[in-house]
Amino acid sequence: MTGFARSVARGLGAAVLGVLFWQAVVTLADLPRFILPAPLLVAETLWKSRVLILENAWITLIEVLVGLVLGAILGGLSAIGLAASPFARTFLRPMLVFSQAVPVFALAPILTLWLGYGLWSKVAMALLIIYFPVTSAFFDALMRTPPGWLHLAQVMGADKRREMWLIRIPAALPGFASGLRLAAVYAPIGAIIGEWVGASKGLGYLMLLANGRAKIDLMFATLIVLAVMTLLLHTVVDRFCRWLTRHS
Amino acid sequence: MSLAPSLHVTGSARIGGVRIFGPLTLQAPAGQWNCLLGSSGVGKSTLLRILAGLDEDITLDAKAGAGDGLPLAGRVALMAQSDLLMPWLDVMGNVTLGAKLRGEAVDTRQARAVLQRVGLDEHLHKRPRALSGGQRQRVALARTLMEDRPVVLLDEPFSALDARTRATMQDLAAELLQGRTVLHVTHDAAEAARLGQSIVLMTEAGIDEITPPAAPVPRAFDADETLAFQASLLRRLMVTQ
Repeated sequence: MTGFARSVARGLGAAVLGVLFWQAVVTLADLPRFILPAPLLVAETLWKSRVLILENAWITLIEVLVGLVLGAILGGLSAIGLAASPFARTFLRPMLVFSQAVPVFALAPILTLWLGYGLWSKVAMALLIIYFPVTSAFFDALMRTPPGWLHLAQVMGADKRREMWLIRIPAALPGFASGLRLAAVYAPIGAIIGEWVGASKGLGYLMLLANGRAKIDLMFATLIVLAVMTLLLHTVVDRFCRWLTRHS
Repeated sequence: MSLAPSLHVTGSARIGGVRIFGPLTLQAPAGQWNCLLGSSGVGKSTLLRILAGLDEDITLDAKAGAGDGLPLAGRVALMAQSDLLMPWLDVMGNVTLGAKLRGEAVDTRQARAVLQRVGLDEHLHKRPRALSGGQRQRVALARTLMEDRPVVLLDEPFSALDARTRATMQDLAAELLQGRTVLHVTHDAAEAARLGQSIVLMTEAGIDEITPPAAPVPRAFDADETLAFQASLLRRLMVTQ
C-alpha cells in the first residue's frame, strides 16, 4: 500500500470510530435531536440539503482561497522587505508585533462596517489571521541563512538583491512552507468568523441560520462539510509546500 | 586572470575582546601553493577570513593585503571544508552561481569546459544530493576555477573526504590551481607535505616558516622524502603545542 493510501485508510478508520462513538453517545444518553442529532439523521440532512450547503460552501471556499493567496503573497513580501532592510526591521517589526496584541476577532465588526457584508470583509479576516504566522515564519528563516553561503556570496562579489533572490529566499522556503501550512488551517477560521459577524452567504452564515431555527441536524451537516473542506485545503497546501521545498 | 599577487598579514586579531592570534607576520609568496599548518583553534581560519574580507566581527590590529598594494576584493576565490553547494541548483547552476550573483552573463561553455577538467561533465544536471562527497567537492573546485581569481583561499577543503578521494582531489587541485597564489589552511601534516611550495607552521607562539622538499607539487604521497618531511612537520606540531 502506498503512503497516501495508508493515510487515507487511517483517516477513514478514525472517521468510522468517531461516528460509532457519536451514535453510542446519542443512544446511551438518550439525547434529543435538537441537542445532538444522530449521525444517520445528519447524513440524511446532508444529502437533502446538499445544494444549499454546497452553494454556501462554494462562497466560503472562495473567501478562504482568496484570503490565503493574498495573505501568503503579502506575508511573503513583508518578510522579504523586513529581511532586506534594517530600517524596516527597526520601525516596522515592533508595529507588527504590537498589532498581534489586538485580537483579530475583535476587528471583525469593524471590517464588516468598512468592507460590507460581501466577500471582502471575510477575505480581510482570513488575510489578517494568516499574515502574521506567514511573515514571522518566513522572516525567521530568511534571517538564518547558513553563514557559509553568505560568506561565499560576499567573496564572489554578490549584489545584495541577487543574494536575496538566489540564496536567501530559496534557503528560507522551508520556513515559508511551515507558515503556509499553519495558514491553511487558520484561514477558514477567519472566514467563518467574518461570516458570523455579518453575512448573507457562506457556511458560517448557514450554521448561524440553522442554529437560530433549531435545525441542529443542518448545523452539524454544515460543520462536517466545513471540516472536510479544511482538511482538503490542508492536504493541497501540504502538497504544494512539499513541491516548494523538494530540493531543501 | 590578472597576475597573482603575494599575500601578507602582520599584527594581531581579537574577536569580542578575546585574542585569536598574534602578533605575527605571515608572508605568502606570489603564484605559489602556501600551506598554513596548525592545530585547531590557533586562528588559521580567522587569518583566512581576514584575507577574504569576511572580518566584520574581527577587531584587527593588523595590516593585511596583497603585495602589489591593490585591494584584494574581487581578486579572491574561497573554498571551504563544507562544499557550500546550493541544494536547489544543479551542478551547472552551482558552478555558474558567481556570475549570476554579480549579474554577469553566464558563460555555459566555459562552465562545461571547467566541469570537464574536474571530470564531472556527465553530471551537469544532477543536484548535489545525487553526488558523492568527493564529487561535490569537485563541483566546489569547478566553481572556484570558474571564478578565475588570482588568489585562492582554501579552508581545509579536503579534510572531510576519505583518504583515497582526498589524495585524488589534492592532485587535481594542485594541477588546476597552478600559477595562482593559494593559501591553504590545513591541520593535516601529510597534506602540507604533499602540496606546500611554501609552508608556515602556526602555533600559539606565532608563525614559523619551514622549508619544504625540493620535489615539485603534488609530491608523491608514498615517496620517502614526502613521508620523512611529513614526520618532521608532525614532530614540530607536537613540540610546539
